[in-house]
Amino acid sequence: MQEECLLTMRQIDKKFPGVHALNNVDFTLRKGEIHALMGENGAGKSTLIKVLTGVYPMDGGEIKLEGQRVLIHSPQDAQNAGISTVYQEITLCPNLTVAENMFIGRSGVVIRRKEYEKRADEILSRLGIPARSTQLLGKCSLAIQQMVAIARAVDMKCKVLILDEPTSSLDDKEVQMLFSLMRDLKSQGVGIIFVTHFLEQVYEVSDRITVLRNGELVGEYLTEELPQVQLVSRMIGKELEELSNLGETEEKQDEEKEVFYEAKNLSSSDALPFDFTIRKGEVNGFTGLLGSGRSESVRAIFGADKVTGGTVTIKDKRVKITRPVEAMRNGIGYLAEDRKRDGIIAELSVRENIILALQVMNGVFKPISRSESEAFADEYIKVLNIKTASRETPVGSLSGGNQQKVILARWLLTHPDYLILDEPTRGIDVGTKLEIQKLVLKLAEEGMSITFISSEVEEMLRTCSRLIVMRDRHIVGELTGNDLNQTQVMKTIAGGEA
Amino acid sequence: MENKRKKFLSGGLGQLTIPLIAIAILVIFNLIRDPGFFGIGISHNNDGNAVLSGNIITIINGASELAILAMGMTIVTAACGGQDISVGAAAAIAGSVFVKVLKSGSSISVGTVLLAFAFSCVVAMIFGAFNGSLVAIFRIQPMIATLILYTCGRSIAYWINGGATPTVDSSIIKAIGGFIPGIPVPTPVFIVLLMAILFKLLFRFTSLELFTQSVGINGAAARLNGINPTLIKLVSFIILGVCVSVSGCIGVSRLGLINHETLLLDIEMDAILAVAIGGNNLGGGKFRISGSIIGAYVIQMLTITLYAMKVPSTDVKAYKAIVIILLVVIGSPVVKARFSKLMARISENWKKATVKGAEE
Amino acid sequence: MKNPFKLFKRKEPLTDTQLLMTITIVIFFIMYLSAVFGLGGGFLHAKQIFDMLNDNSSLIIVACGLTVVMIGGGIDISVGAVTSLVVMSCVLFLNRGGSIIGSILLALGIGLVFGIVQGFLISYLEIQPFIVTLAGLFFARGMTTILSIDPQKSQHEAFNTLRGKKIKISWLGYTAKNGNRIPAQIELGVVVAVIVVILVVILLKYFRLGRNIYAMGGNQQSALMLGINVKRTRFLSYVISGLLSGISGYVFLMHTGAGNATNAAGMEMNAIASAIIGGTLLTGGVGSAVGTFFGTMSLTTINKIVVASGLNEPYWQKITTGGMLCFFILLQSVVLGRRSGKKSSGKIKAFFRRLINSIRKKKKAST
Repeated sequence: MQEECLLTMRQIDKKFPGVHALNNVDFTLRKGEIHALMGENGAGKSTLIKVLTGVYPMDGGEIKLEGQRVLIHSPQDAQNAGISTVYQEITLCPNLTVAENMFIGRSGVVIRRKEYEKRADEILSRLGIPARSTQLLGKCSLAIQQMVAIARAVDMKCKVLILDEPTSSLDDKEVQMLFSLMRDLKSQGVGIIFVTHFLEQVYEVSDRITVLRNGELVGEYLTEELPQVQLVSRMIGKELEELSNLGETEEKQDEEKEVFYEAKNLSSSDALPFDFTIRKGEVNGFTGLLGSGRSESVRAIFGADKVTGGTVTIKDKRVKITRPVEAMRNGIGYLAEDRKRDGIIAELSVRENIILALQVMNGVFKPISRSESEAFADEYIKVLNIKTASRETPVGSLSGGNQQKVILARWLLTHPDYLILDEPTRGIDVGTKLEIQKLVLKLAEEGMSITFISSEVEEMLRTCSRLIVMRDRHIVGELTGNDLNQTQVMKTIAGGEA
Repeated sequence: MENKRKKFLSGGLGQLTIPLIAIAILVIFNLIRDPGFFGIGISHNNDGNAVLSGNIITIINGASELAILAMGMTIVTAACGGQDISVGAAAAIAGSVFVKVLKSGSSISVGTVLLAFAFSCVVAMIFGAFNGSLVAIFRIQPMIATLILYTCGRSIAYWINGGATPTVDSSIIKAIGGFIPGIPVPTPVFIVLLMAILFKLLFRFTSLELFTQSVGINGAAARLNGINPTLIKLVSFIILGVCVSVSGCIGVSRLGLINHETLLLDIEMDAILAVAIGGNNLGGGKFRISGSIIGAYVIQMLTITLYAMKVPSTDVKAYKAIVIILLVVIGSPVVKARFSKLMARISENWKKATVKGAEE
Repeated sequence: MKNPFKLFKRKEPLTDTQLLMTITIVIFFIMYLSAVFGLGGGFLHAKQIFDMLNDNSSLIIVACGLTVVMIGGGIDISVGAVTSLVVMSCVLFLNRGGSIIGSILLALGIGLVFGIVQGFLISYLEIQPFIVTLAGLFFARGMTTILSIDPQKSQHEAFNTLRGKKIKISWLGYTAKNGNRIPAQIELGVVVAVIVVILVVILLKYFRLGRNIYAMGGNQQSALMLGINVKRTRFLSYVISGLLSGISGYVFLMHTGAGNATNAAGMEMNAIASAIIGGTLLTGGVGSAVGTFFGTMSLTTINKIVVASGLNEPYWQKITTGGMLCFFILLQSVVLGRRSGKKSSGKIKAFFRRLINSIRKKKKAST
């Protein structure tokens, strides 16, 4: 057993301001195995990988590669030690060619362009990657870019290959291509760490699973010995029971309520024309795979992308919404999908982040006074139980869940009639997830209309009374009442029904 | 106790620590060098008015244009994450327009001065809007966009007055650039004060500060919260245009003539420097106007100190550079981190030593 | 080179760098040819081009250095001032009996010291490049006047003969109206400038450091992840720029033969303008030395055209320079905006949609 250990990480410890990201985590990778690293968002998977690849310095613990203690201070060190990583966000240079991307950072002083291009073409054709070595990487599709990154790692004769969510932008065929590539590498003795949130893929390809939760190690299991349900409960932990209790309080009789918002043939630069209605106090949701057009649709409702056509009626009055501020004036709030990019203003304080949307609605000439804004901030910090050192703490230093609550507070403060929540629970801890779900139901009870989008179908089933299913940027079905169950949703998403 | 020390190390005053320390060092240095450096005397100027004189007055008076430009530059920096390098050239244009309008009438009254200022202000705002639209609409980096006006601005100023350097002889202009009869403090100082108050009021009665910072930190998020980033960036350049016009007019009034080649020459570099010394991030985002104002006075105090040390005016730049580098090195995050680590180690060692001492 | 049309039968579409460079070169030739046909006069003679090169060799050199820094995503505004300082130092050194070799070493040394100090402060202490190089600018300008406030003419015999040496190409010359034959002359500085351009092209294209600089400018985070030592790369880019400023100073001295406190005034901005017109983006990752060379030449040509058109007051030159900058900046913004953005992402999405649909159809067919 001992001799086949390729990589051992012992008692890895990493703290961020306010978060204990990794708490004494152990991880072992053997030669020639595919090891799935599992955990909910925020469990510490990415942090563990970034520690291993030298992006973050670790606060404690040690890393051994083939029995030798290694010190990794930078991605370069990791690369030299034989640890290669393909990140979720593609980390190649778009302004260089495919061949250059494969050889940069490890070439000799002089670039032998022709030779590299030849070698790159060889590897690309061997791996069946449809790209030319002389192509500019930025002009390739995301899937190809990802595969070039893997090809680079393969060519580096790495001992450890880390794949961080490699399949999230690939289609089925490409995933199969990737898997055969992974098996190929495995047979050559490479240890592969596979991070993904697709459970089926874990069972299809991996040999062993390590589960993390809240920065702590839950355990290491052989894949065949751990049924899928068990895996899920290990990942989610004991909160599972609590989660399942939530659904019962729901009322699902929205038919009599008045229509709040109605869109006909609404389209934007990114969304195809669609019809959509929401009633007062209703919670509905858009579901579908990533890229199915669910986010694009709600963005069109909010006027976040360029609206290109369609009519919108709010409370039986025709309105025009082409910019976010117009949507806000009409009582619509929108919590964006990407919290970091589109949500928080990281360096501003919690207080300023909370009052931002209300201030915009008040207009530039009616500033909210300091004392008033402090009162608002304090109120919502208390109501939403936001964990922050003070209301003047920069919001960027808060944990993901608390940042999300700050943005929620921002929108709640505007007292919207209709709130759109796009992936409000992504990347935040289970406890906060639950709080947000409860809040959604409570708000709906008070008469607010809410559109809820989540990658986790279960979460949507618990909160929504109506699900709009999208596929390939079209609405393909609407589920209510008894149809609201996992199988039916999956079926509709996959397009299996007649 | 522990907390207090931490707060002190990270700068209890936030971003104002470095500029305030710089001023303190300069003051102490000057007091040691020449205890009479800060003496204020009363002298009589050509018109026979009793006016205050002395190095402090020279510093505060001389930094006026710089301080005003630094205020506007701060806003542009915060909103756009870049700087306007055309302020000197634009001030030359504004000054030329000011003189042109003054000269067009037969006599110069308060009314014509106000009219001339209004004209120059509008022209400067139009040029600001030109820069602003390149930055906000065409998404060109501020430095590149303003390079255009930087290159040809003084030539445009030359063209306005037909290549001449006309003089304006008027008691009103003298009063603006020098002293109002009966008031011993130079007028530009009051104008700086007025501008500072205007900015304070602007931020007090509008939420421009919050919006500007939001746009500077995260434009995408600001847009999704209903802010129009293009407009905010444009407005920031237009506000800078007003500052440019005010400082251009002060510059003209001081000399009583417009020289398009030398008016506020190289001031853009000093203005950017003032913003940086004031602890503002040149990459945009959070800002404090007060920091930039202090930054402007730091620069001027440094210059006057060097003059007082008999350094020729042409050589001042070399010494200024050394001080700037020292300031930014002290303010550098890397150096700060190293320093606080070192302090932590020293205090740990000290603790150990005291514990040992106690044991013995 | 079996196929002379190989250049035109490229498989790959032009990269941003190549596209912007091509635009500059094409516009330069259009401008020059229209000057030849429209204005004639001096433009008809090869001497015109050589004079343009002779007058601008040092600008070409600093602009190349600046291009390297800008491709890496930085900025160096100290280049003109360093050039000026080198000119003054070398003149004084030569006039006090220094040797030519010594003066060359002095020039390179000053440039290197500026490059190393600025590079260290920017990459290892993470101070904003604008501020550091602004301080560099102040320091170099200040030192120049400290060395000598008065103009200094070179009195070094050997140096003066060296700088008088010109490559004469008489068949490219022309006969003036009074019957004198005026040969086309190339100064040694032009040779140096051409060598520098070629070396920078080779460095950027065929050396690891060059590609690392492109990678760093394109996406710093990615460059780090790809195992590039970003700090060292950035440091070296400033060292190159500093070194080239040193060389530029020496070439400047060879051209003028005298040091003056106002030497190379505003050169940094001309260099930035040249680089921008040549297709270098301040955001980094895009640009080339050849483009910068043609950028400099375009700027000079437009100024010559303005003068030849009878608008020979200096302010017209500046206004046209500004106008030309404005034209190029807007052109680049529009060209690049069209190439990237929504269009390509739409294509990717369409491609995936088709792929998924075809798979689904196959599945349906099989069941």
